[in-house]
This record gives sequence, structure tokens and C-alpha cells, in this order.
Amino acid sequence: MPWLSLTVWLPIIGGLIVIALGDRRSRPLALGISVLTLLVSLPLYFGFDLSTPAMQFVERANWLPGFDIEYALGVDGIAMPLVILTTLINVVVVISMWEVIKDRPALYLGAFQIMTGLMVGVFSALDAILFYIFFEATLIPMFLIIGIWGGPRRVYATIKFFLYTFLGSVFMLIALIYLYRLGGSFAIEDMHQLAIAEKPQFWIFLAFFAAFAVKIPMWPVHTWLPDAHVEAPTAGSAVLAAIMLKMGGYGFLRFSLPIVPDASSQMDTFMIVISLIAVVYIGFVALVQRDMKKLIAYSSISHMGFVTLGIFIAFGLLQKGDISGVALGLEGAIVQMISHGFISAAMFLCVGVMYDRVHSREISAYGGVINTMPLFGAFMVFFAMANAGLPGTSGFVGEFMIILAGFRANFWIAFLAAMTLVLGAAYTLWMVKRVIFGEIGNDNVAALQDVNRREFWMLGSLAAFVLLLGLWPDLVGRVMHASVENLVSHISISKY
Amino acid sequence: MKFIYTLTAFAPLIAAIAAGFFGKRLGRTNSHRITIGGVALSFLLSCYAFTQVVLGDAPVFDESLYTWLISGDIRFEVGFLVDKLTVLMMLVVTFVSLMVHIYTIGYMEEDPGYQRFFAYISLFTFSMLMLVMSNNFLQLFFGWEAVGTVSYLLIGFWYKKETAIFANMKAFLVNRVGDFGFVLGIAAIVMYTNSLHYADAFAAGPSLVGETMSIFGNAEWQVLTVICILLFIGAMGKSAQAPLHVWLPDSMEGPTPISALIHAATMVTAGIFMVARMSPLFELSETALSFVLIIGAFTAFFMGLIGIVQNDIKRVVAYSTLSQLGYMTVALGVSAYSAAIFHLMTHAFFKALLFLAAGSVIIAMHHEQDIRKMGGLWRKMPITWFTSLIGSLALIGFPFFSGFFSKDVIIEAVHASNIPGANIAYWAVFGGVFVTAFYSFRMFFLVFHGKPRDQHAYDHAQESPKVVTLPLILLAIPSLVIGGLTVSTVVFGNYFDGIIFVDEAHDSVKEVASHFHGAIPFALHGFVTPVFFTAMAGVLTTVVFYLLAPGIPAFLDSKLGFFRRILENKYGFDDFNQAVFARGSIGLGKQLWQKGDVAVIDGALVNGSAKGVGALAGVARHLQSGMLFHYAFAMIIGLLVMLSWFFFV
Repeated sequence: MPWLSLTVWLPIIGGLIVIALGDRRSRPLALGISVLTLLVSLPLYFGFDLSTPAMQFVERANWLPGFDIEYALGVDGIAMPLVILTTLINVVVVISMWEVIKDRPALYLGAFQIMTGLMVGVFSALDAILFYIFFEATLIPMFLIIGIWGGPRRVYATIKFFLYTFLGSVFMLIALIYLYRLGGSFAIEDMHQLAIAEKPQFWIFLAFFAAFAVKIPMWPVHTWLPDAHVEAPTAGSAVLAAIMLKMGGYGFLRFSLPIVPDASSQMDTFMIVISLIAVVYIGFVALVQRDMKKLIAYSSISHMGFVTLGIFIAFGLLQKGDISGVALGLEGAIVQMISHGFISAAMFLCVGVMYDRVHSREISAYGGVINTMPLFGAFMVFFAMANAGLPGTSGFVGEFMIILAGFRANFWIAFLAAMTLVLGAAYTLWMVKRVIFGEIGNDNVAALQDVNRREFWMLGSLAAFVLLLGLWPDLVGRVMHASVENLVSHISISKY
Repeated sequence: MKFIYTLTAFAPLIAAIAAGFFGKRLGRTNSHRITIGGVALSFLLSCYAFTQVVLGDAPVFDESLYTWLISGDIRFEVGFLVDKLTVLMMLVVTFVSLMVHIYTIGYMEEDPGYQRFFAYISLFTFSMLMLVMSNNFLQLFFGWEAVGTVSYLLIGFWYKKETAIFANMKAFLVNRVGDFGFVLGIAAIVMYTNSLHYADAFAAGPSLVGETMSIFGNAEWQVLTVICILLFIGAMGKSAQAPLHVWLPDSMEGPTPISALIHAATMVTAGIFMVARMSPLFELSETALSFVLIIGAFTAFFMGLIGIVQNDIKRVVAYSTLSQLGYMTVALGVSAYSAAIFHLMTHAFFKALLFLAAGSVIIAMHHEQDIRKMGGLWRKMPITWFTSLIGSLALIGFPFFSGFFSKDVIIEAVHASNIPGANIAYWAVFGGVFVTAFYSFRMFFLVFHGKPRDQHAYDHAQESPKVVTLPLILLAIPSLVIGGLTVSTVVFGNYFDGIIFVDEAHDSVKEVASHFHGAIPFALHGFVTPVFFTAMAGVLTTVVFYLLAPGIPAFLDSKLGFFRRILENKYGFDDFNQAVFARGSIGLGKQLWQKGDVAVIDGALVNGSAKGVGALAGVARHLQSGMLFHYAFAMIIGLLVMLSWFFFV
């Protein structure tokens, strides 16, 4: 069975059908599509061959032979967990908007399904142009979701979001075309084998950096994210944080590192420094946010700092011959991405649960929510702890691995990265204190109803995944060893 | 045995899940039955483990349960190490926990969060067992943070109370500062030994002697010193050593049973346990030991002093706990690990007893905690009075009481030690004896003796129900006898052979052991030592101050108000942290956000370049429709142009 093509096209076509059939039955239909998509993506995990770093479930077809552009899909141990994350989050997100969305639900639900297919495409494309098309196409549904269903400043936010990310990826396209001219192939794996001189490597690195650093986002090109999150509807925020950001981290692993390892190595100090700035600087910025969504958005940036840190300490460790450290850092980065997918989605959905009832995201509009919503309060405290990296939850695993790897590279890298233990706990728990605990803050809070059954299962399923990954991260760890090893072998050879 | 140990740790977890998730359906009685059953099972299994490991000389159990993760060539595993040290900790933890569970039936009787409370304390017991039973640093850290989290939940148990939810956040954050060091210490161990397993790390320890790393510029640091100090920073957070002690007094905002269980008997001693467990590493760095010693000595003396001016019954006991943790830390610093663990054990019993007795008084006084409003209660609550007396005598180290043996060994060991700083530490722990005796009996006399100062409350006071007094009695027994029964084996015997390592060069316990000829002669000799006279001086002072001439404290107060204010301000630690760290962080965050993100990045760069483009394109304004898709369209056209250029040029 062409499982990957099914996972890509089933939601896209399904989404179009949802839109075409109109609002009346759009909810069950979209739920059916999302569940079916999840089901067809599961063979990717359970049928995955752990022993090989090669691409699996590969499908190839000629597409634009004149330009040597192929329709080629496949996943390795780095991409596959992200595909499963995407399809899982998609189901949760459909459940999250069930009765919440009243304005043009078919269009809304359809857009999410299409976006899911496109994001799976990003993680599974083996052809650079196909990748680029998926990468850019994901902007369109997200643009619509924020632009139509967003908050009052949605126009500013969408334009900022669109131009920022679009501008970034245009440079990537130029780099991809340059690589095609060099090697005569758009296949990403062929690009991994190319010999490239020092100067062009540098420019290609910068072009990729422009695309992926904006996407993930790294400091200082992160300012689109808080605005986009604040204006986006709840489900949009969840998908944006849970999956779209990971396209940046994935891009670094799939393109920057193996294609231009020498330039990546030369730039590693720079990348490490801005990653650490993201962890520390953004941690302080998150502390003073008054809007819950902004706070979580900044927390996302800080957590993504760990991803780029884990990736770029690899070169210093390689020079020391510390292969274990390299693997810890890279695998930590991937685990961090998966974990953040669940936790950030959960945090945004928690804010959504409160927003649906009170219509405010301001921290000061709440207080003592646990008095009227005890079950919800328990969820929120749990996810807050996960966000603060509590061992036993998935939030701990990636950070711990990256701190261990960072220490092997340089004491001060680990020192600054470990500050998140205090900062992350400070901004998350201070928010929890002001929102969840205390005396009932106002009449709105007094009138709150606890989570209903739909919300319970939505948050409960995410909590289950956060716990599962925290208690047994090897579930994800084991699938990526071979691919990470392969990646290490790529970056340890000069491409000059 | 694997099954038995797994069950020991997980029985309280299962009970916690039952009471936590299905508490409403189960009802109050069933919830406490299930959780008490879980902890009782753990206790019985721990006793069985004791018979096997200590009495039966079963081999040390060191096996993994499952592989958590593999990355590179580092294996992260979850597993148990059960040796004599573990068994001792398991017994202490499960016994005190069982007592607290039973006590809670009475103490929390009218609380709407009854089931939740039982779920939390059972979850705590599970976490604490995972911590002490771990055979590797990963699980140690898991247990470490898990007990911290349950402590967070329990300090904030009454979540409406503003002081409680401030205290629990403070406790968590201060602990996280310690964990910051702890995690770096673990990272250092993994870097230099490539393993998280205790046995591997300890085996690799000696090979690291002499190895250095550079942190600041060219100064070279001994790797082992760095590792040990980083790990100890973790212990400073959890075991509340200055300057990371600030969270413990505030943690008294939580219900009293958890003050006894978590903030006196078990969790706060995790740091002491950890350092003792790591003795094969700490023994290799005299610098680290010296650091431990100085921190402990400071805490032991100066935190005890604050206890003198406290008027909240729980806070007096809390400062006493800080001071006693200081004693244990001092013992670690002079390589008297066995004495530290021994004091940990006796302290767990008598301090849990004192806290639970304080709770009993609080119930009787209808939640009044100010000792200045009590007095004469011994008539009303004889069991609480008598058990308190036992606890207080144990605390001040009265000969034959269990605290005497543990404390005296520590003071002697410090005296015998040659670690740099030991002479100062000796005066600190010696002076601490007077302070301990003073604050203990000040509280004891103010609460139980003299004239009732609040007649109305006194008239309504009565002895607590059986579920409260039974644990008091059961804790009073070990407070009385456990020290004398075990001192010759645990401290001076071979109990910890092969578990705790002490370098010959600074084996202070051995020095003390040369004067030890059995528990009874040791205790009898205890009546003629300067330490005993000092403690008696402390008690007599309180007799004069609070029973015979109650005018004296007020008079001294008018003359020495300056010192009282220093103590009441707790040397300014809280004010300093609030001003520098709390407000400083918020100020920094605001600056970075408003100046960095909003003004520079967004204002100047992002929107600025947009404006710049707008100005330059002033001529071509007519092309600008303001519609986004026009711009996107232009971008695509531009791309096509570039594409064609690439392909055809």
C-alpha cells in the first residue's frame, strides 16, 4: 500500500470534499477523515524497519521530467515520528473545534485537513521542489485560518506571518535551484552527496538559514510568532506550535546539516549563541507577558532554542571525537520537537478552553479557576509541569539529553541551557498561580463550567502521550538511531 | 526479589491513582483504606527486605527494570539498588508515611479535599521510594523532582490561601535553583564516566583524580570537585541549606501532616541521603567536603538562632529542622556519612513526632498557631504533652534518647576531623546545642506549661482523637530507643561496609569509635560532657525566662531589639531574593521585551524596513494596491524570472 501517499492525499482530498459539501455534516466528516488519516499513517510506525537508515515506504513517479522533478515520498527515522505527530495532533485539533467553531465550519475544518496533508508532505518529500511546494503551500491554509477566524489584529499578524516566512523560504528556493544546477538532480538524497566548495556552501547555508530559522523560529527572527499566535484561533495556534514550527527544525536536519556540513560547522558558534539567547532572553521575556497565548508563544521559542542547540553542538563534539555526545544532541533535538508538539498543543488548547468561556486571554482576567473547574485545573497544572520539564513527562527528555550533550561540548553551554530549569518553571508556574490558584477572581470565573466530555478526551489524550513519552522515550528513540547515525556520518565528512 | 521491590515502590502509586482519580466514587473511608493499605503493604515489604538484606545477608540487589532510552552509547535505565542503606531509608520512609497516613484521618477529617490529600501523600511515598531505591542518576533525578512536585502540590493544598500558593511556587523555584546545579553535576558524571549507573560512576571515580577542566579562563578545576559541588548544590536545594533554605519555613503553609512527612522526616533529607550515597565520589575531593562542611555549619547555627524568635508553633519546628539538617550536612562534610544517616533516621522519628504533636495542639486550639496564646495545655492533652516531651528531649540530645546518640557522634566527629573548616564548624555545632535546647523548651513551656494565656481557647481544648494520638505514641517509641539500640551497629559497626567509603586520611568516625565501648557507657558518659552542660544551660534558661520570671524576655527585648529584628528578618535573605532575583528578573524581562523585541527587532528592523521600502517605492505607489495577494503574485513573478535566469543563462 502507498501509505505515505494516502497520508498526504487523503486529508487534502477529504478536506476539499468537506468544503464542497458545506457546513451541515462537516464535523463528523472531518473527524472521520482525520481518524482515517491517523489510521493510514500508523503502518509507518509499526511497519518501520529499525535497522536501516535508508528511506522507507518510498514511492516514486515522474512528475515534471523536463525539469527532473519527481514525485518522490519516503520517510526515515527523523521524518516518521513527525508524520505520526502531525496525524495525531490533527485528530485532537478536530475534536477541539467541534462546537467551538460556528462561522463557516466546513471551510475551517477543511482548511485544517488540507494543511495536515501538506505538512505530512513536507516531512515525507524526497524531491526538493516537491518539498518546497509543500513547505510554501502550508502557508495558505494557515493564512486563511488566521485571516478569517483570527482576532482583531489579524490583518497585521497575517501579513507579518506571511511575508516573514515567505521571504525566508524564497532564499531556500534559490539555493535548491543552485544545487540542481550543480548536481543535475532535485532528489534531496542526491544533494547530500554533492561536493560543494567553501564559498557556495556558506551562501547556501545562509539561504537555508533564512528559511528554517524564521520557521522554527530562532531569535531574532521570532517576532512574527507571538503576534500570529495571539491572533490565531485556538486550533490554529495548536497546529502552528505543534507542527509548523517543526518544519524549521526538520529543515536543518534534512538540508543544512547533510548538504553543507562544512558551512554548518563554521557557523556553529553563531548558531549556538543565538540558540542560547533564545533559551535565556526569551525565558525572561516570557516571564513578563500578560497575555497567556503570548506567554506560551514565547515559551515555544525558548523550547525551540533547545532544538537548534542540540543540532548545532554536534560539530564541536565531532571535533572532540565524541560521537555519543553528537547522537545525544541530535536525538535530543528530535525528541524535543515531538514532545513540544504535544505539550504546546495542550497548552494552547487549555487557553482555548478558558477563552471559549470567558473570551479573554489576559492573565489578569482570571484567578482561582480551579475553584470552579477542578478537573481542568488538574490538566493545566499537569501540562504546566510538563512545559517546565518535569521528569516523567516528555518535556524533560529532550532538554535533559541536550543539557547532557551540551556539557560535553562546553560547560557554559550547559550552564546557560540549564537556566531553563528555573526560568521555564518560573514563567509557567507564575502563570498557573495567577490563573488557576487563589480565590475566585471575578464573576466570570465564578460562572465557569468544568470541562465537558469532549474537552476531557481532548486534553486527556494529549496528557497520555506526554506521560507515555516521558516514561518511555525509547518508543521514539529507537526509530531514529539508524537515521541519526547516518546523519552523523554525513556531517563528519567534508564536502569540499 | 525484583517483584517484591517493584511492588514496594508501586503499591503507594496504585493507591494514589485509585484515590486520586476515583476518590469521589470511592468515598472518604474507602479512599483512606486503600491508601493506608498501599503504604502498609510497602512498609511490610520493606520489613521483609530488611530481614533479607540486613539479617539474612542476601546479596545486594542491583538490577534494571526497563530501558528508558538509549542514545549514543549511553543507556538510560530505570532500576533498583537495594542494599543496607536503601533498606534503612525504605523503613524510615514507609514507617513515617504510614504514621502520617493514619494521623491524617483525624487531622483532615473536615477538609473537603480529603481524598485528594491521601492521593498526594501516597504519590509522595511512591516518589520518595523511587528516589531512595534508584540505582542510577536518571531515576534519582526523577524521584528528586517528583517529590518536589508533590511537595509543591501539598504546600499549595489549600489553593485559595494566597500565602500558600506563593509559598509553593517559591519552594518549587528555589528547589529548581538547586536542581540546576544537580543536573549539571549529573551531566558532568555522564561526560566523564559515560554512564548513569551508580556502580559505573563510583568505579570510574578514582581514575578521575587529578583530571581537571577549565571553567573560567585558564584556572583549572579538579573534575571531581566540580562534580561534587554541583551535586551538592542540588542537595542544598532539597535539604534546605543556606542560602537555598528560604523555601522551607514558608512551606509550613501546607497542612501539618505533610510538614511532618515531607518537610521534616523524608523529602528534605533526600539531599543528605544523596551525598551519603555518593560518598565514593565526595571522598575524592577534600575541597568539596570542606564546602559541604561550611554550608552545613552555617545552617546549623544561624538557622537555629532564628527559631528562638519565632512565635508560630510550626515555624519554630521548621527552623529547628533547618538547623538539624545543618548538623547532618556537617556530618557529611567531616566524612561521618554513617553519623549523618544515623541522625537522619533518629531525626525522622522525633521530628515527625514533634510536628504531629504540634498538629495535635493546633487542632485542640482550633487552628491557632501562635504559641504566645497557648499555655498550660499539659492538663488538657496529656498524651500530646508527654510525647512532645520525649520528642523535645530527643531533639536537644538528652542522654539515652535517640537524638543524643546521633548528635553526640556528629559533634565528636567534627571535633576529631581534620578537614579544613572543621574547627569553626565545631564551634557552630557546639553553640547550636544551646540554641536547640533554648528554642525547643521555650516552645515546650509556652505551649504546655505556665498559665493559659487565652482562657477561652484553653477551656475548649481537649486531647485529640485516637487516630492522632496513636501515631504520636508509635513515633515516640523509636524516638526514645532507636538510637541506643542501633548506634553500635549503624555508626560504629560494619553496617555500611561496602556502601559508604571513607578515606583513611579523614576518617573522623574511626577516631570517635576508639572511645566507644557500647551504647550504655556512651550515654552515661554523656551526662558529664560540656555538650550536656550546654544543653542543660539552655533548658534552665528557658525555665527561668518562661516559667519563673516571665518578665525577663520582655526586658531583654527592650534592650536587644536590634538583634531580634535581624533574626525576625531572617538575616534579610527573603528581602534580598525578592528585591534582586524576583524583581530583577521581571525588570530584565520587561526591558528585553519592550526594548529588544518591540523597539529594536519589530520597531526598527521589521516594521522599519517595511517603512523604508514604502518610502523608496513612493514613486511606484500606484502599483501598491495594499492587497496581500498582489504582493504574493509579484513575488511569484519575480521567482519565475529568477528561475528562468537560472535555467537559461
